[in-house]
Amino acid sequence: MTTNRRDFLSAAAAAAGAAMTGDLSRADQHDHDHEHQAVPSDLTLRVKALESLLVEKGLVDRPALDALIDTYEHKIGPRNGARVVARAWVDPAYKQRLLTNSSAAIAELGYGSQQAERVVVVENTPKLHNLVVCTLCSCYPWAVLGLPPVWYKSAPYRSRAVIDPRGVLHEFGLELPEDTEVRVWDSTAELRYLVLPERPAGSEGLSEEALAALVTRDAMVGVAKVTLSQAGGTA
Amino acid sequence: MNGIHDMGGMHGMGPVQYEKNEPVFHADWESRVFALTLAMGAWGKWNIDASRHSREVIPPAEYLRMSYYEKWYAGLVGLLINSSLVTRAEVESGVPSPGSAKATPPLTADNIPAMLATRINASRDVKVTPRFQAGQRVRARNMHPVGHTRLPRYARGKVGTIERDHGVFVFPDTNAHFLGEKPQHVYSVRFAARELWGEQAAPRDSVYLAMWDDYLEPA
Repeated sequence: MTTNRRDFLSAAAAAAGAAMTGDLSRADQHDHDHEHQAVPSDLTLRVKALESLLVEKGLVDRPALDALIDTYEHKIGPRNGARVVARAWVDPAYKQRLLTNSSAAIAELGYGSQQAERVVVVENTPKLHNLVVCTLCSCYPWAVLGLPPVWYKSAPYRSRAVIDPRGVLHEFGLELPEDTEVRVWDSTAELRYLVLPERPAGSEGLSEEALAALVTRDAMVGVAKVTLSQAGGTA
Repeated sequence: MNGIHDMGGMHGMGPVQYEKNEPVFHADWESRVFALTLAMGAWGKWNIDASRHSREVIPPAEYLRMSYYEKWYAGLVGLLINSSLVTRAEVESGVPSPGSAKATPPLTADNIPAMLATRINASRDVKVTPRFQAGQRVRARNMHPVGHTRLPRYARGKVGTIERDHGVFVFPDTNAHFLGEKPQHVYSVRFAARELWGEQAAPRDSVYLAMWDDYLEPA
């Protein structure tokens, strides 16, 4: 690309600005008391128009779009991560590989790739709690958790997880003892963090499959613990 | 850039709002914007850093008002126009300009697994001498570039410790502006919460940030 930096910046700003002129600005009149901001009524139409333009120009293939959506709605999600966690709980050698070379260990179970974004697994213990955030955007370990929930991408979580992690965890209903060390991982680079939660007490007799069913998305982001009672509740 | 996207440590954003049994997408248009963004990325006309920057340049008031995929839509339109894949007139009309040639899409349903297997492949197998070693005390530079950077404001000027060298990665500050990959080492750097936030923070807590060599100086 020959675009120089100043041209790119000003053009990107102008384009982003242009995308927001006209009818989009009317959204300010909507009710904003809830987290899901009101969506301009014509956004659906704008997106449809953009898709048909790109299809018409031969820039995108519609079946590929459908397949991408299907992949992240049905194939790649937190069940992947849950199976990784359960394997680590029952197989100490696997756990060791998972903590030292996370992406390779995850690829052993058929998830992700060593040529894609790298995963770093961080382990919770009774004295150490890890919490993952991306303050700058929405980086998240897609290969093992799928696409992030709205709260993870929201301004309240992104702004507060680093300055007030215990306050944020309190809102999630998780109270940590004062002497538990909290480590917050801000996803600033192409390293994606996955929390290896503590195995719940009383789970000794459970199979690997039954253990996986206990592991939630929230526990793998670090905003919850895994308990015996939450049977398959990964949101 | 010192934009609204760099929100670590800000106050006043309210409580975290949690949705139980949240769907992956909340509306069809969200899933279409998501898929269009990934599919258009396959043209290789921009990179992940430029893509992030296209959303950072959304004016602050708009950035806060917009929902997540609305920002993706605005960013994608910016990237498409900047890369000359479409014109503004085409976005506004929704139809190709008269006489424009028809391309062949690089991403088809059958090559999606291959595309996902190499998406965001930012590590580089090149030999670059690391400037720092594990255990070393470092200071994050007090820098305020007007372009893209992955050094959050809350860490600038602060002192931390190198915990782990992750190897060599593309440098976002140049790559986002198509000024080269400038591959260099990325480290996990541990910052004590009290170094970042003062006495209000719990004494043993910490924040880990991934930092490129160019963000750091010896402390």
